[in-house]
Amino acid sequence: MAGDRFSYNLDSTLETVDKAEQTASRIASENGFDEDEVMQIAMAVREAAVNAVLHGNAYDPGKKVELEFERTSSDLVITIRDQGKGMDMARIPDPLAPENLLKTSGRGIFLIRSFMDDVKIHPSSTGTEIKLIKHVHGMTEGGKEASQ
Amino acid sequence: MNLKVSTRQVDGVSIVDCSGRITLGEGSVVLRDTVKDLLSKGQKKILLNLGDVNYIDSSGIGELVSAYTTAKNQGGELKLLKLTKKVHDLLQITKLYTVFEVKDDEAAAVKSFR
Repeated sequence: MAGDRFSYNLDSTLETVDKAEQTASRIASENGFDEDEVMQIAMAVREAAVNAVLHGNAYDPGKKVELEFERTSSDLVITIRDQGKGMDMARIPDPLAPENLLKTSGRGIFLIRSFMDDVKIHPSSTGTEIKLIKHVHGMTEGGKEASQ
Repeated sequence: MNLKVSTRQVDGVSIVDCSGRITLGEGSVVLRDTVKDLLSKGQKKILLNLGDVNYIDSSGIGELVSAYTTAKNQGGELKLLKLTKKVHDLLQITKLYTVFEVKDDEAAAVKSFR
């Protein structure tokens, strides 16, 4: 997949969340990540898709979620864009703060950051773009394990 | 696989055997309804057996927290039994491992309820 980039345009539904997770899991496997990493990447994508569908597009059938995968020479880069009002970064809580530990929401971005090597969030008035980056290691561009 | 639950009674403790995924949507709703139903029947000692739960997302974590606080607010107790490694790791990084009482042995877990 090195150098490849492809994207999906998805409805603002829970099915999109499942599809995003499953697609991320498959692509992460194909790019040589181990079982734990595949789970982490898939969960990060799931959380980002949940944010896009629920909080960004608010299930609006007229708004789409774009899911894009790109394999560079060093990274797997996954981008999720919604068409909402733009995430308010100031309102993202610290879920580890004692006063937030027993809150029932607010852990999505935290989990995404925990599982990926780099996360870039770009909110705007026309939507939020979140870029999830995981470094590819020990692999050649052909997808075969590099000899040590 | 969506969440499946079945409930059994052991020495006054309601053990909820869960299998599948606790995620946004159906999985979270099933868990919420099960705990609500037990509490409404006055069954306030609840042990969630998560031994066959291999995946929880942030919504599922929120649902576990909600079940815990709902039980506590109604004078009950909710504990967790047999976490898989993935669920254990998730509770560790979210610092919830210290909030929940987590048990590995069912008999000991049942005895631990007052």
